[in-house]
Amino acid sequence: MTAQVTRPAVEAGSLRAEGLEKDFRLRSGLKVRTLHAVRGVSLELEPGRTVALVGESGSGKSTIARMFAKLESPTGGRILLDGAPSANRGRGLAAYRRDVQMVFQDPFGSLNPFHSIVHHLERPIRLHHPGLSGAEVRERAEELLERVRLSPAAKFADRRPHELSGGQRQRVAIARALAPGARFIIADEPVSMLDVSIRLGVLNLLAELQRQERLGVLYITHDLATARHFSDEILVMYRGEIVERGPSERVILDPQHDYTKTLLDAAADPDRLGQLRDEVRREAG
Amino acid sequence: MADRQTLTESGSGGELPGAGAETAPDLPFGAPIGAEAARESAREATATAAVAAASAAAVRRGGRFRGLLPRRSGKLVTGLVIVGAITLFGLLGPLIAQPPRDSNNPALLPPGPEHWLGTTKLGYDVFSQLAYGTQGSLFIGLVAGLVALVLGGLFGVFAGYFGGIADEVLTLITNIVLVIPGLPVVMVIAAYVQNADGLGPLARSSLLVALVLGITSWAGSAVVLRAQARSLRTREYVAAARVAGERPARIIFVEILPNLVPLLAAQFIFGVILAVLGEAGLSYLGLGPTGSITLGTMLNDAQTGQAVGTGAWWWFVPPGAIIAALGAGLSLINFAIDEVVNPKLRLAPENAKRQRKATKAGKGVADTGAFA
Repeated sequence: MTAQVTRPAVEAGSLRAEGLEKDFRLRSGLKVRTLHAVRGVSLELEPGRTVALVGESGSGKSTIARMFAKLESPTGGRILLDGAPSANRGRGLAAYRRDVQMVFQDPFGSLNPFHSIVHHLERPIRLHHPGLSGAEVRERAEELLERVRLSPAAKFADRRPHELSGGQRQRVAIARALAPGARFIIADEPVSMLDVSIRLGVLNLLAELQRQERLGVLYITHDLATARHFSDEILVMYRGEIVERGPSERVILDPQHDYTKTLLDAAADPDRLGQLRDEVRREAG
Repeated sequence: MADRQTLTESGSGGELPGAGAETAPDLPFGAPIGAEAARESAREATATAAVAAASAAAVRRGGRFRGLLPRRSGKLVTGLVIVGAITLFGLLGPLIAQPPRDSNNPALLPPGPEHWLGTTKLGYDVFSQLAYGTQGSLFIGLVAGLVALVLGGLFGVFAGYFGGIADEVLTLITNIVLVIPGLPVVMVIAAYVQNADGLGPLARSSLLVALVLGITSWAGSAVVLRAQARSLRTREYVAAARVAGERPARIIFVEILPNLVPLLAAQFIFGVILAVLGEAGLSYLGLGPTGSITLGTMLNDAQTGQAVGTGAWWWFVPPGAIIAALGAGLSLINFAIDEVVNPKLRLAPENAKRQRKATKAGKGVADTGAFA
């Protein structure tokens, strides 16, 4: 909350969290301890914009993602879709899920090993578009596969997850998130489990789809470099709170909060590492 | 997202530049994204080609259930042959044998060309009794196994998936059933229902014995299934199904249950073994289905007819041998299924073999990193 963010013209629709809180009750024997995972977080997603949420492990990033995906219910605050409080059950929840989808961190865990690739896409299509015939659903699923560059789609459709590489699986996961026709995507560390060499391909795909579809993306990561390159706004999270927020370039180039500076210092920078090595050598020699 | 397309590989992760260089020896830092993407697709293409080549044959052969099938191993084949032979005997034996309660034969004949397995004290043909008894025992085993499987599955999977209060209640019931000593309870129930009025012809039937055995033996599998369901529940594909909007029932039956199939199969087979043995025990004590013939009632007849005292070994050895063989065969199948659930077991014999070979060849095995 250090700087007011200047926004481009706001399009219709937004996904907003207001004062989101989540406490976990930890029971060890008879003692009950409360863990404040998320404390009073507010953030807003808009179509066509990517917001990055960065922070170390355990800072509450994933809990926020799970609350947006309605996998956890907040203990305080609320989530507003297009200005209206979002429902937690029934038809309202189904409508919310059509608009807000999630890409999970682990591409090996997020696809059911028993089912074919196409099953993972057909189910959400069927659930959110009950009127379609079987052939139409299949056609849509194959279209989605093509859009995430898994072509020929017919070939990939009937494969099982274990026959795909990590990057390909994550593309399937992205296609699944798009399947209901989502407007907002919560991407919870979508590339952290992937090989370094294929991370960019997946992120570029996500960025491209985001541009084409005018998606609002919450990109959760602990990697400042990709956060800077792929997002318009960066929120820095530390121990359940957002300690700094602002346009990506500003946060990276001119960090205000101590924690952000620590994070930036910890990130590997090839140039600086070269300098360090030279210094060490000079001192040793 | 922005159009800045000059992000280099070394900047993409928290990795050291050295690590990046290792994975991309042919690319300098700062290679444009086009090359990056091309290389990625090439990488994935080769990876896929390899995987596809390896699994293409497999896919062609079996379809979606293939991954759940046990590998063909010595254990599996032996088990299937034993169980298959006994099942065939139970199905076809009664067709060729004389009526099992036909007493127009000489009593206590030893095995011979006329009566392959001899006759009993009452002049019954042992081969015929064995064929009908095998059929009866298998029927009880299957029904009791199914009942135990359904009950264990319901209690275990629902408790594991829903957690909370439902879990507490279901687990409490499971634990109570689990600690009740099995056979004594079965004896009490069997003795009670046999004398109960109002059951009519059901009272002394093998179906009733099967139901009694089934509803007293599901708790063990419920515990195992609950643990596995709890673990599967936290998998991300279950969370993904919830985010997609799937209903709990569909998640349990479509997303979770298929992944429990090997475990369910193992529990079912275990239930069958338990029921066959339990029936033999009950019948031996005279609490079995007196209306029909099973391997257990044969043993009971042999006991009361003093087969051991008169040296009529052909009367009690065949049913005992079939029970033992059936138990062994089903256990072997179970071991093969175990290897599907726990792939580590699959490697154990091969590693042992490798180790033996290495020892024979005079090489030290300590540093070859054999299975530990």
